[in-house]
Amino acid sequence: MIRPFGSDEILFLFEAARWTSVLSLAALALGGLFGLAVALARVSVSNVLRTAASGYITVVQGIPVLILLFLAYYGLSTMGFDLPPLIAASLSLGIYASGYLGDIWRGAIESVALQQWEASASLALTRGQQYRYVIIPQSVRIALPPTVGFLVQLIKNTSIVSIVGVVELTRAGQLVNNATFEPFPVFLSVAAIYFIICYPLSLIARRLEAQFNAYRAG
Amino acid sequence: MPIVLVEDLRKSFGSLEVLKGISLSVERGQVVALLGRSGSGKSTLLRCLNGLETISSGRIEIGGHVMSYAPAALRALRKDVGIVFQSFNLFPHLSAAENVMLAPRVVKKTPKREARELAMEMLGKVGLIDKADVYPDQLSGGQQQRVAIARSLAMQPRVMLFDEVTSALDPELTGEVLNVMERLAAEGMTMLLVTHEMEFARRVATTTVFMYKGLVHETGSSKELFGRPSTSEFRQFLGVTSD
Amino acid sequence: MFQLQFAPALAETPALLRGFWLTIELTVAAILLGGALGLAAAMARNMGPRFVRWLVSAYVELIRNTPFLVQLYIVFFGLPSVGVRVSAIQASIIAMTINLGAYAAEIFRAGIESIHRSQIEAGASLALTRPQILVHVILAPAVSKVWPSLVSQFILIMLTSSVCSFVSVEELSGAAATIQSATFRSFEVYIIVGAVYLGFAILLKSALASVGERLFRRPGTAPRKAKLAAEPGGLR
Repeated sequence: MIRPFGSDEILFLFEAARWTSVLSLAALALGGLFGLAVALARVSVSNVLRTAASGYITVVQGIPVLILLFLAYYGLSTMGFDLPPLIAASLSLGIYASGYLGDIWRGAIESVALQQWEASASLALTRGQQYRYVIIPQSVRIALPPTVGFLVQLIKNTSIVSIVGVVELTRAGQLVNNATFEPFPVFLSVAAIYFIICYPLSLIARRLEAQFNAYRAG
Repeated sequence: MPIVLVEDLRKSFGSLEVLKGISLSVERGQVVALLGRSGSGKSTLLRCLNGLETISSGRIEIGGHVMSYAPAALRALRKDVGIVFQSFNLFPHLSAAENVMLAPRVVKKTPKREARELAMEMLGKVGLIDKADVYPDQLSGGQQQRVAIARSLAMQPRVMLFDEVTSALDPELTGEVLNVMERLAAEGMTMLLVTHEMEFARRVATTTVFMYKGLVHETGSSKELFGRPSTSEFRQFLGVTSD
Repeated sequence: MFQLQFAPALAETPALLRGFWLTIELTVAAILLGGALGLAAAMARNMGPRFVRWLVSAYVELIRNTPFLVQLYIVFFGLPSVGVRVSAIQASIIAMTINLGAYAAEIFRAGIESIHRSQIEAGASLALTRPQILVHVILAPAVSKVWPSLVSQFILIMLTSSVCSFVSVEELSGAAATIQSATFRSFEVYIIVGAVYLGFAILLKSALASVGERLFRRPGTAPRKAKLAAEPGGLR
């Protein structure tokens, strides 16, 4: 039965957008956690850790998110874990995010001047204390704009988990399109909702970046 | 008939008036040194003469053109008025010869071979034929500045403007650039130069213009002016800079 | 216990290679067309009339803040609904071109803006027109400055091509989907395909880097290491 594309359908899309947000936040949390570990490993004193982290970043950044999703999805089920699609999706998006966030944060940590390490070491701080009190606080300012910028990429990439049956915004758009056969209004509405979520974040990222540059120049 | 004529030129940046009514007349073949402390407006005046700065009021006639900021008119003027900058401003992605060839090829549509010949001739004038295919970042500052002069000359300008062209150079590289300029002057090129090289101004410039607080404070033949400075400001300026 | 069995998947190597070849074709088409579109957009933004500038920035923002998959759906399902027939492959190339064009436009813009004012003045003082200055004075140094960012973006569009399997394009990911449903060795298939993407990404990156060196090399000059970092992100 063909239905018109009306307010019910729009409402349905907005409800599905909640799952887009949930997925994004879950992936951000996981990716942030793994990513911090990757970043710290990447700048650690241990050769093995550094190489492993750098290999991890290369692999994650060299494989499409879609394939990461399938690897998580089928890999886990091959090993006998039958996870709900939402969990597998969050996990794979988290891995994807960790590869990029780890790289962004590594850059931020490395951009803190060497003298800061020396100065804090001369105060007899342990390496952990150096990170905790001196290096990380300074890196955050540098890392924030690209991190927010990456969040936009992450939100957009949640669209592909529609393929494993999670009814997030894009999957909802497909369903509505199948019922209404009005692809232009349906997918333009879907795009508009993504835009409403992503554009403010893009603006924030740009403003933070400008502030940071002004701070550095001043 | 003067080849450069400036009448009551005023130029403000916001509320700050930098040029407060400059009048100036330069004959063909004259070499005019613009002297003055930093902030006296001499560089601004020079940039106005090439249309790089728009004037607030007054009138400029140069190289047979009346200054107008319509793009086509401005380009026509710039074909006849060359400028060399303090910071060389060579194009880093082009070799020395390509830097010189660019404007003849693009603006005057000169065929490539002819443009190349012209470039070699101009590089010859500045003594850099052997550096024709070298890129700017492989040249010394003095060599870069000589290429920049050749680049301007390739348009066969009627007037050349030099904006503190040796200020960014080490003393040992300054001489080679000044030599090129002196030869140009001897060939009869009309030149206006902002410079801190007092000895060069005295010896090579036919006319010296001393600017002070946005006005022409004292002007005359270089011999006279350097020999008998009539204002205390110019005397003080000479005293300060010749130390 | 589970065991990895690669044999069934490897038996489908010809199908995988066909898929990989299509991935390469899609990528090359997108890089050439999207790169050109991005350059044109950046130039229009730099010297076009106000209306055109506004149009370009609207295009850039709209594309950068919506998912590629939705853009692909709009092209693939939307165009036929208004009577324009496009094949899945055509739709994919159109969507990839439009997508890359927006990112490339931003990168080119950053490059153009990084060129110092004095270069533009030097061009103007030689009587060059504004378009001539852009083409002859600004463009080459600008592109060489942002080449590393462009390369990262090209890699991302290659990875993004996997999404075209959603509209049944049999590129590498599409081929993988077909094979896994026939062999039931899904995990193994995706391990192989993941490795192929990774290898291609590494290869493409070094190939494009040496293209850059060749394009912007000045004889007698050591290749410079451009410092402009790529915009981080994944599939756009």
